[in-house]
Amino acid sequence: MRPILLQGHERSLTQIKFNKEGDLLFSCSKDHIINVWFSHNGERLGTYDGHNGTVWTVDVDAKSELLVSGSADNQLRLWSVATGKCLFVWEFPTAVKRVAFGEDDTKIVCITEQRMGHQCAIRVFDINREEPTRQSKEPLHMFNIIGSKATVCAFTYTPNVILTGHESGKVSLFDVRSGEEIENNERAHSDVVTDLQLCKDQTYFITSSKDKSARILDIRNLMPIKTYTTETPLNSAAIAPNRPYVLLGGGQDAMSVTTTSLRQGKFETRFWHRVFEEEVGRVKGHFGPINTIAVHPAGTCYASGGEDGFIRVHHFDESYLRAKPYGDLEIMD
Amino acid sequence: MPTATTTTEVDDIDYSDIEKRYQISYDQGFDNVLVVDGMPIIDKSKLDRLLAKVSKEFSRKSVQIKIEDILMPWDDASGKSKGFAFIEFRSEEDANLALNAMNNHPFDAKHTFKVNRFTDIEHFAQVDETYVEPTVETYQTKEHLRAWLADPQGRDQYVTYRDQDVEILWHGKPSQCEPAHKPDWRDFLYVAWSPLGTYISTLHRQGVRLWGGPSWKLQQRYAHPLVKLIDFSPCENYLVTWSNEPIAVPEGALQGPQYFSPDDEGNNLAVWDIKSGDLLRTFPTDFGVLDGGGPRKQMQWPALKWSPDDKFVARMTAGQMISVHELPSMYLQGKKSLKIEGVVDFEWCPHGDADVDAAQNGQENGAPTKAQPKRARENMITYWTPEVANQPARVTLLAFPSRTILRQKNLFNVTECKLFWQNQGDFLCVKVDRHTKTKKSIFTNLEIFRVREKDYPVEVVELKDTVTDFSWEPKGERFAIVSSNDPNLGNPGPGITIKTDVSFYQLDRAKNDFKLLRTLAMRTSNTIRWAPRGRHVVLGTLGSHTKSELEFWDLDFLQEDTGKREPGQGQEWGSGIQLLGTADHYGVTDVEWDPSGRYLATSASAWTHTLENGYAIWDFRGQELEKHILDRFKQFLWRPRPRSLLTKDQQKKVRRNLKEFGRAFEEEDAADENQSSAEVIARRKRLVDEWNAWRTSIRLAMFEDTGKKEADHGDTEKEEIEVWVDEVIEQTEEVVVE
Repeated sequence: MRPILLQGHERSLTQIKFNKEGDLLFSCSKDHIINVWFSHNGERLGTYDGHNGTVWTVDVDAKSELLVSGSADNQLRLWSVATGKCLFVWEFPTAVKRVAFGEDDTKIVCITEQRMGHQCAIRVFDINREEPTRQSKEPLHMFNIIGSKATVCAFTYTPNVILTGHESGKVSLFDVRSGEEIENNERAHSDVVTDLQLCKDQTYFITSSKDKSARILDIRNLMPIKTYTTETPLNSAAIAPNRPYVLLGGGQDAMSVTTTSLRQGKFETRFWHRVFEEEVGRVKGHFGPINTIAVHPAGTCYASGGEDGFIRVHHFDESYLRAKPYGDLEIMD
Repeated sequence: MPTATTTTEVDDIDYSDIEKRYQISYDQGFDNVLVVDGMPIIDKSKLDRLLAKVSKEFSRKSVQIKIEDILMPWDDASGKSKGFAFIEFRSEEDANLALNAMNNHPFDAKHTFKVNRFTDIEHFAQVDETYVEPTVETYQTKEHLRAWLADPQGRDQYVTYRDQDVEILWHGKPSQCEPAHKPDWRDFLYVAWSPLGTYISTLHRQGVRLWGGPSWKLQQRYAHPLVKLIDFSPCENYLVTWSNEPIAVPEGALQGPQYFSPDDEGNNLAVWDIKSGDLLRTFPTDFGVLDGGGPRKQMQWPALKWSPDDKFVARMTAGQMISVHELPSMYLQGKKSLKIEGVVDFEWCPHGDADVDAAQNGQENGAPTKAQPKRARENMITYWTPEVANQPARVTLLAFPSRTILRQKNLFNVTECKLFWQNQGDFLCVKVDRHTKTKKSIFTNLEIFRVREKDYPVEVVELKDTVTDFSWEPKGERFAIVSSNDPNLGNPGPGITIKTDVSFYQLDRAKNDFKLLRTLAMRTSNTIRWAPRGRHVVLGTLGSHTKSELEFWDLDFLQEDTGKREPGQGQEWGSGIQLLGTADHYGVTDVEWDPSGRYLATSASAWTHTLENGYAIWDFRGQELEKHILDRFKQFLWRPRPRSLLTKDQQKKVRRNLKEFGRAFEEEDAADENQSSAEVIARRKRLVDEWNAWRTSIRLAMFEDTGKKEADHGDTEKEEIEVWVDEVIEQTEEVVVE
């Protein structure tokens, strides 16, 4: 498994995302740039320029037409994937930390940072797909998070319900119309929830946290189904489709990285068995903490973005897809 | 008026309980009164002079007293004094001080004061004269201190110390590893096993505690405040403790055989009897001043060296003498020390199994008779003295207690000597670091004494490099050395890993000398750890930030383990050396074999660094069996085992019939393995079933609710895209002229 090294960012990666087909990989970074790459050979297709601050988050719709990004310059931008043109800009009082498409790509949800007297807020916008340059400035729904601020969010299968992960380690379900908390699990994690990714049929999701563990939770009642406990703070967790694995990435805090050796930092992508909760392997390569991991929707390759500014795209060997290290056990995805 | 009513009520309250509690207890005792015996008997005319003299004497030596405080009883019949006096002091403390100072004080040529407490005399005067039969305490059976050896699975124990928690665990086959005990010992520096594993000790602020037995009860305590180091005698009879704080005996401290007395004040070292807990003797620490007040050397530990049979303990005054004390009296043997000008270091010769057997036989048969085939060997001390003026450096082999010199060897151009005994006392290797004439480079000679042979022949192995570590194979005829010619040797710095060579030597029976078996060149290993039964050896790189390799070697790879070794027979010299495996334990600080030589434990202690602390257990091939990364992990120690109780014949029998004995264990192993692998498979099956059931239920519930079809999110059809690439390889333009 020879990785492709994508050297297109000058600063650390914040989020990477595959599109639905998995042929394109979108990446955003602290260097204000969003890049799009061909996943099969690592060639850069183009960039989306315009943000004037760290781009914290991106998401792409299912048809690979529209791209949405949130940045520390307090802007939420809508882009045309094909042309790289900025279609629309929303301005907020604080930075945008997370965005996600949902409900058949007709809506987007975003989290804005709690700062300068402004509360952490969740806004849902309607997307006008007919005329993408004419969007409503006002959010469809908006509400503030009471208590610990939200760090990650995603739409769920149920309309008007979103899933959030919080700084305290809490995971909640919110009704966006009323801003009401439908369900929560205060003790999903004991530290900041750093990533949240849904499985393909959106019936469960994986969360990673600084408390050094990742968990698979049931989307109905937010009860932990599986827990993967590592020895390092985790920044990202992803589910490998078609294979019974989850991928975890993290490493020592960026702050204390320079004071420790490479080995000590534990900057490897860890593969854990989804059901048995056992670590099955590690992939080395980054020389800083891994900030974000994404897996190809077909499960044939994965990419990791690190604090070191590199993206590493790994195409799995044939043997990975065929091997049955645990015998003939039929494990549902 | 409400106030009036309250006041009247107050008067009625019964204060007796409060009064009782706060009652001032008047000092009615006679604790401050001493009785001074042995006074001159005088008549009244001399009374004033005597009293003045006595009070002066007291004031000079201890406590100021006034003449009025002295009461001298008179024998009215004869008109003379009775020869004793009562002295009242201001306080009990003053009285105690005077008691210590003035007891046995020679007042004049004829009279010596005998001072006692008034209360004591009263007490003894009132002793009941009738004999009372002492009640015999019923015998309480104590727990067997070696109960752990009776483990039916023959497992070994180890102790781990992490943060504030100690845990004692069993280690055996994977299915048999389990915690044995989790004691709630608190606030101590570290733990240590006694050399035969009978006790475990903890070092507290107040002193040392020994624990043992199946319930890990407190066995004994030794009150040595702020103790820092301890050392057991080889047969577990005595304990040596050391504290950097000199012993201080505060006023009113407990006195008795188990406690320090004022005579011990200022000393640092203490020797204790383990079973009774009695203090035997204390010593000051001798740091040893080298030639005319040179720089003080670090204290050597153990500061007291025990003879292998616990009969003697020796203490060296660097550069002057070795003092050997007899046990248990702790008197100087022969009432004189061994005066050795310039002595730097010494060692006792260890006793081999044969020696111990001989000694035991001797004891059983009463006095050793002459008919006995083998007599217990006399103890031996070796020491070395450096070059002084015209005298060469010298290594001496001395029999003790006969104090006869058995062998001496002169050495030249010596920088440093180190003495290494093989654990059976068969061989002694003196590692001599020699310098060239210019003193610029250092190389090493190994002077090997064959102690069991007549006249103690010495053989020299000359090496070009500096030897940094030396280690005998236990019970064997081989040794391993780490040598280096790295220019960085001696000036360690961050990021510098010193390159070393590791060499094995073996006694060649034919020629009767030590011959090189094999050299492993260009390593980073700096540590040799032989398995306790020999044959296997682990080379480790310790204390390096970048390297932490462990190499597992077998020196008899081609031979069946029959217990007997026929070195080099029918085989090429050194061909049996085989690397079994390599491993890596990041940041390893300690490497230790278990007493059986089957497992190796490596640990990274938080005392040295804070990176990835924890421990790992490997088998002798270098396969990792367990690994635990634990924050603030401090200590890992295998519990030592005493010598086997089987006689030589019994051991031989076991070896001969190894297959038969082994069969039962093999069956057990096979059953165990089947069971454990079946368990794993069943567990996985269960997990998968649970997962699948959950997945099915959640899908049904969700997709029925929403009424949507799951197929929406199923795989989309694959789209084949064909790309045609036209490539212009060459293009030429021709101008057509019409």
